[in-house]
Parts: sequence; structure tokens; C-alpha cells
Amino acid sequence: MATTDHRLSTADAPSRGLDLAERAFDLVRARSADAEVEVTIRQGTEALTRFANGFIHQNVASEVNHVLLRVALDGRNASTALDGPADDVSLTRMIDGVLEAARVRPADPDWPGLAPRAAAPDVEHWDDATAAADPDERAARVRAFVDAADGLETAGFCSTTTVHLAFANSAGQRLIGRGTAAELDGIARTSTADGSGRKASVRLGDLDGREVGERAARKARDSSDPTDLEPGRYEVVLEPDCVANILSFLLVHGFNGKAVEDGRSFARLGEPQFDGSIDLRDDVTDPGTIGIPFDIEGTPKWPIDLVSSGVTTGLLQTRRTARAAGTKSTGHAVEGGAAWGALGANFILGSGERGPAELIGSVERGVLVTDFWYTRILDPRTQVVTGLTRNGVWLIEDGRIVRPVTNLRFTQSFLGALGPGAVRGIGADRAVILGGWDSIFLVPSLHLESWNFTGGAKG
Amino acid sequence: MDDIGIAAVEAALAAGAGYADARVMETRTEAMNARNGVIESLDRAERAGVGVRALVGSSWGFFAVPDVSSAAARRAGEQAAAVARASRLVAGPDLWLTPQVATTGHWDSDCREDPWSVGLAEKGDLLEGVTKAMLEHGADVAEASHRVWDTRKWFASSEGTHVHQHIVECGAAMSATAVGEAETQRRSYPGIRGQYGTRGWELIRELDLPGNAPRIAEEARALLAADACPSLDATDLILGGEQMALQVHESVGHATELDRILGWEAAFAGTSWLELPKLGSLRFGSELMNITADATLPGALGSFGFDDEGTPAHPVDIVRDGIWVGTLSGRDSAAIAGIPESGGAVRADGFDRIPMVRMTNVGLQPGTDSLESMIAATDDGILMDTNRSWSIDDKRLNFQFGCEIGWEIKGGKRGRMLRNPTYTGISPRFWGSMDMLGGHDEWMFWGTPNCGKGQPQQIGHTGHPAVPARFRGIRVGVRG
Repeated sequence: MATTDHRLSTADAPSRGLDLAERAFDLVRARSADAEVEVTIRQGTEALTRFANGFIHQNVASEVNHVLLRVALDGRNASTALDGPADDVSLTRMIDGVLEAARVRPADPDWPGLAPRAAAPDVEHWDDATAAADPDERAARVRAFVDAADGLETAGFCSTTTVHLAFANSAGQRLIGRGTAAELDGIARTSTADGSGRKASVRLGDLDGREVGERAARKARDSSDPTDLEPGRYEVVLEPDCVANILSFLLVHGFNGKAVEDGRSFARLGEPQFDGSIDLRDDVTDPGTIGIPFDIEGTPKWPIDLVSSGVTTGLLQTRRTARAAGTKSTGHAVEGGAAWGALGANFILGSGERGPAELIGSVERGVLVTDFWYTRILDPRTQVVTGLTRNGVWLIEDGRIVRPVTNLRFTQSFLGALGPGAVRGIGADRAVILGGWDSIFLVPSLHLESWNFTGGAKG
Repeated sequence: MDDIGIAAVEAALAAGAGYADARVMETRTEAMNARNGVIESLDRAERAGVGVRALVGSSWGFFAVPDVSSAAARRAGEQAAAVARASRLVAGPDLWLTPQVATTGHWDSDCREDPWSVGLAEKGDLLEGVTKAMLEHGADVAEASHRVWDTRKWFASSEGTHVHQHIVECGAAMSATAVGEAETQRRSYPGIRGQYGTRGWELIRELDLPGNAPRIAEEARALLAADACPSLDATDLILGGEQMALQVHESVGHATELDRILGWEAAFAGTSWLELPKLGSLRFGSELMNITADATLPGALGSFGFDDEGTPAHPVDIVRDGIWVGTLSGRDSAAIAGIPESGGAVRADGFDRIPMVRMTNVGLQPGTDSLESMIAATDDGILMDTNRSWSIDDKRLNFQFGCEIGWEIKGGKRGRMLRNPTYTGISPRFWGSMDMLGGHDEWMFWGTPNCGKGQPQQIGHTGHPAVPARFRGIRVGVRG
């Protein structure tokens, strides 16, 4: 039987969001004509179908109606958010509360003011069919994944997300945007090993459950009955999920303007801090990525080169970190992220021309890693991170995979791993990886000269 | 609000569900962050909505709406059943729930000083003041924050359970960072995540942030010049109470979650090295090790009156005299595992998230020693305190944890300060080496407000009673 999600009509959602933003805006101005005001409306749906042991065990969907409001009175600012009915009674209650909070706060000497009027890039990562997807379509992809595993245990999820964003502020900035995202991510399991497969896209139609499931099953079978590998320094070929993990630390603790302001970042503009083959940019306009081209402060996101031929060339800023640095915001403020700084990136790492087999073929003695797990930073300045491998690890000798190995713990400087002379090859297999803090990574596999494995899974 | 939840449940039943429950929730939160003497952000939020869970055959469905009207609740109930029907395309084996007596009741958390009655000016003065004090005592970056959560929820099930709870949670954190030439050092108080509980503003007053700000700033500065923790394959390790809370959370709490053991979290959070046939006989640690999951502890962050399946809070033994004897469970996971009753450990972090197995207050029962007696009894070892980094494998077996600060122990005395202390181990081996345990005087209910689990990810609030402890023959000082 066909089923449907109840969802906001996609046709009129953008204008309705802007109407609601204008309504909240007017209610604030009626109470405090001099207030600086910023309103963001986020509406849409989130749905995720989760499976384990070969069947769907959790299947969720929810509607989103989120109002975010920030006011400033002579630099005394406060913000408030509402999830729920956004009628005049609710809006008035939240507005009275946030104005009261702003009035009793001390003036903020670092208040950067509101984003000025500026157009955002003309880009829309949107797919009507994904916005209209129902739970049967997610379940069908799960079915295909499970069937493709051909008897292996399976676990994972298929999700679809629809976002309509509307922004208005008292500096005259008005923006609307919308986006969709779909993701299929799962593992297949033998009695001794797991293997993973995943794919993310703007379009649910791009996700082939069979293809992703077959990849997971192949990895699980190929990595079965692993044996221990002596810890130590090895060459590595890291698949895209590992590379995205590395970049997430470079983002939060490195290219983030707040980390630089605090002295916690490694980033030094103009210095060759990376291998000469590394080109990294932030670019929400790339057709291969996902997202909306402005941030929670209403600042447009224009492409930025962060690393060019190994030289650090750019940083990400919010309005507050930009003010401290004497520069302009790059549009990387995220809700709830004030204490963290500039996030919400669309990182794109320049890809190479070599396929995964060619990368492996150039390894003398090293390790092929599918995924990282539970990575935690030990020191932000040196970017030393500890974590483990997961979902398929193999020893490579003389350009050939010779055997699967048990998971390894590493303690490694991520900056050092990408440093000058440390990158031996970049793959052509660029994949979209969805990260935390609204960050998206479009990254290939990397062949790195050295990785410090500090222990086996058994200690 | 009871009527709203009942309307949602009735709609789900009418749409074909064999069982349904609903949570109507209203939540208010406040978060204030100060940095270097300035309040950087003051965020308040209100959330209201209904989340409905429906069971059709052996398949679950969940749907949530940000609306507390009867019409919205009925729509959520119908959609939850529709989602459950879609789940049947990849249906599992027969599913049943452990029996539950229909319950009605109400529960309020302890709250002596309503956090909303404390003026924002006073709150701001506190955070600004402590960050200024840390700057004056050597910090390059000084940060402080407080958080308030105020949750009202009404639960209704198709089995006749109707319960209402009002839970106030509150807490604060501060940290001092010193920036050196090659690295940074940080000291936090009371711990890396601060300290939180199901209490009112009195908790924050008791923390005495102003009295501790100068000390942590000076320690952060001193750490830049301290010797690095030596790399040793085996030494005696003493852990302070805050780090022990993290040790319990990561290596015992998550490992004993029944959904992980059953494989429900295999693709993301992971599984567990524990296997159900060994429940009741497997040695988890030394005989000093006694772990209980107890949601009834007054003021602890993982306390409540009823879990999000309506099961009344009750203590559950997890490890007794070093033997693994219990799990964290809910009604469906317990039934599948053959456990006669739910452990009452199912919660969701909002109306729009599905209830799942979460830690309550998973804690270590105290022993008879003390931190000072452990130091006095140690000839050659290292004392570490305050968590800095944490990493553990997907079976919760192999871990490597780092602390903010360490001290060398020589001849029963605390010696030089050590920077970048880390230790690593395999869970049952590590817990098996525990030979001294702090007493009741040092027993503290640590609160963890940021436990991530599930997809979509949920942030859980968990409690961890803990005391200092000593472990023998531990590998320390792993470096990059």
C-alpha cells in the first residue's frame, strides 16, 4: 500500500517563510522601533529509515517549523528560537522575552552588527522528487541494500531532508533558499568483519540500494578473517570518508576564524603548510555539493580558496570573527555555533586522475583504510588526533592488497599527514560525504606517505 | 495536554497500529556563553510538539509535528502508522513488548532555586567575572557558560499509561586556555563538560566558579612548561573522579546498552563486546567494581520519574562484584533478549525524536579508600584528572583517553606536573586491574549533557556517580 508523508507544500513554502519572517520582523519593530532585528525561518521535513539485523527497526519522520530571532539594542543582543506553532501569540511571547533579555544584558563591545544587503549566489541544490519522497521509497532502497548483501547481516539508514530557508533583517537583507538531500549509508557484516557502502546526493533517485549494498557486502567479504598487523608507521591509502574526517578537524580547529583569533589554529596565511598537490576550496555553488548559499546571519557564501598548491590562502569567518580579524564574513555562521566560530562549510578537495586501483598500485608497503571511527583531537594547534579504523582495512605490499588486517588505533597529526611532500597521490573517486555542523565534503581518496598506527584493536 | 496525547494514540490505532504511544512536550532552554570578559551569546528557545510511535505488526513508525493542537496530534498518529506500514517492506521477526501495568502519575525534579527567577544580569555578571579572573591569572582564552533546560512532558499509551513530568536541569562550565609556541593547554572546571544535574540554580552556586577560576588559569599556564607525560608500557594509574565518570560512561555505559548488544546500532554507534549468553557470568572487572544504573538518584542528570515508554524509574544492577549482571534496556529490547522487564532506560531528546535506549545514572558504587590514600600507597605511578580527549572502538573494548593534567607519583607523594597525559587499555583488562576505590566522601554525581547516539542523532543527558580509583599496569603516554 502506498503511503505519504504529510509535508509543507513545496510550491509556496519559500514565500510563506519570508511572510512569516516579515511578520516576526514587524512584531519586533512594533515593540522596539530602534531594534536591530534578524529573523530566520527554517521549514521542511526530515525523514530517516533505519535498519539493522536485515530489517527496518526505526523509521521516523518529522515536520520542521523553526523560527530564529536575534535582536540588538545599542549592541546589547540576545537570540531566541521557537519550534512549534508560529502564531502571533507564540511570536509575541518570544519577542517580548528576547527584548527583555537584550535590555538587561551589558553592551557587547564586539557586536558586529547585521549583514548588509547583498545577493547570494544563484544556486539551488534542489530536487522535486526528493522533496516529495515517501517512506515507501526509502524502504525500497533499504530492501535493495539488504537483498544485495545476499545473506550477510546488514545495518544502516536511508534519509531524505527538505529545507526551506527564509531570512530577513532590519538592514534590508532578504534571502530565500531551499535544498534537498538524500543519503544511503550501511554496512554488511560477516562473522569476522564489517564492510561499508554509502552515497549522498541532492537526489534520492541517485541512490541505488543494490549498488551501495553490493559494495558493502564486497568489502565485508574481502575483509573477513583479518589478522593483526604490527603497529607502526605505514603508507596509507585513505578512502573518501577518512579524508572528509581529516578535513572536518582542519575546518573546526584550523580554517575557522575563531580558532585563529584564539591562537588555537595552525593556519598561517601565505605559508606552504600542505603538500603542493593540495587544493582546497569552500564552494557551495559547485554542482556536486549540497546546501544553501547563505548562512544564519544572512551573509552570502561565495567560493573561497583555502589552500592553493599547498599554500594556505583563506579562512572562514562569521560576522563576529570577521570583525575581530578586520575582514568580512564569509557566510559561515551556524545556529548554536557562536562558541565554536565559523563552520557550515562546503569543502571541495581537488581530485586527481588516478583510480583507487592505481593509488593502491603505487604503495610499496602500506594500509588501505575504508573508514575512520571515533576520532578525537589531542591538540588543536598540532592537529594530533587519535581514532580507529573501521569497516575494512587491508595490508598492501608491492602495489597489491595481500590480506585484511584487524582494526588499528592511530595517533597522528592530520596536518602533518598532508604536509609538504607527504601526499603521494590523489584519487579521481570524489564522493559527497555529509558531516556535522551543516558541513559537506566533496573529496577523493588520498595516498599518504606516513600514518602513525599506535596500537591494535586488542591493545 | 493528556487529551492531546490520547488523540494522537487513538488516531494511530484507528490507522491500524496494534500499539501506540505519544509524548506531548514543551521545552524551554537558556544558554549563555562568555569569552574573555564579554557575554558573546545569550540564546533562549522554546519547543512544543507531539511525537507518536506506532507499532504495526512487528514494524515501528514514528512521526512528529511541531504543534500541540488536537488536529495536529491526530495527523501525527495517522502518519506514524503510515510510516510503520512502510517499514513492513523490510519487516523483522515477531515483536512484542515486556508487560507494563497501566500507570498514572506525576513527577517533578528537585529544584530549590528556579533558574528562571535568577536575573540575566546576575548570570551575566557571574560568567563575565570568572572569565576576567582567568585572564588576570594567565589564560589567553577564558570561556564560561551556563545552560538551563525546563521540560514538561505528557506521555500516553494505548495500554492506558498516562504520566506527566516536569524536569528542570541546570549547570555551568568554564575553561582557561594558555597558548604556547607549539601547542595549547587547557584547564576546565568542574570538568571538561562542566557540571549539570536535575536541579535548580543552587547547583551553579555550589560549584563556586569564582573560587576556582584563578587556579585553573594558573594551571593552564603552568602546563605549557610542564614535562610531557612519559611513555610507559605499564605503570600504576590513579584517575580523578571526573575522568572516572568518563571512563564509566564510555566503557561501561555504552557497552551495556541492550540495543547495541542486539546489533541495532551496528552501523553507527557500534555494537558491544558483551554477548548476552554471558550475562550473569562474565567477569567485567575486579571485585571492587559495582556499577548501577539508577534513575532515582536525587539531583543527578540522568534522573526522572518515568522513562519515555512510561516505565517507572528504578535502579538496575549492571556489574556486581566485578561480574556483568545487567543491561540498559527498554520494553522491546528486553523482550527480545528474554529479560522479564524493561530497565526503564528509554528516552528521546525532544518531541521530534524517537525514544531509544539511553543511559540513566550509570555509576560506580564507592569503595573505602580515598585519593590521598591511593597516592600514599603508590610507589611509582601517575595521577591524571579532567578529561581532555576520548576515543573508543565500535565494540567499546579498546580505548585511548587523554586528560588535561597529570602528576607524577613517587614514593607515595605527588610530584611534578605532567602535560598531555594519556592512557590506553582494553576494557575488561583495565577494569580487572582496579585495586583501590574512593569512598562515600568523594562520591559525586557527574552530569554529561552531550551524549550523542542514534540517527538522526540525539543528544542525551546522562549521570555518572564516580569516585577516584587506582589501576595497575596501565600503558600511558601514547604520542602522535
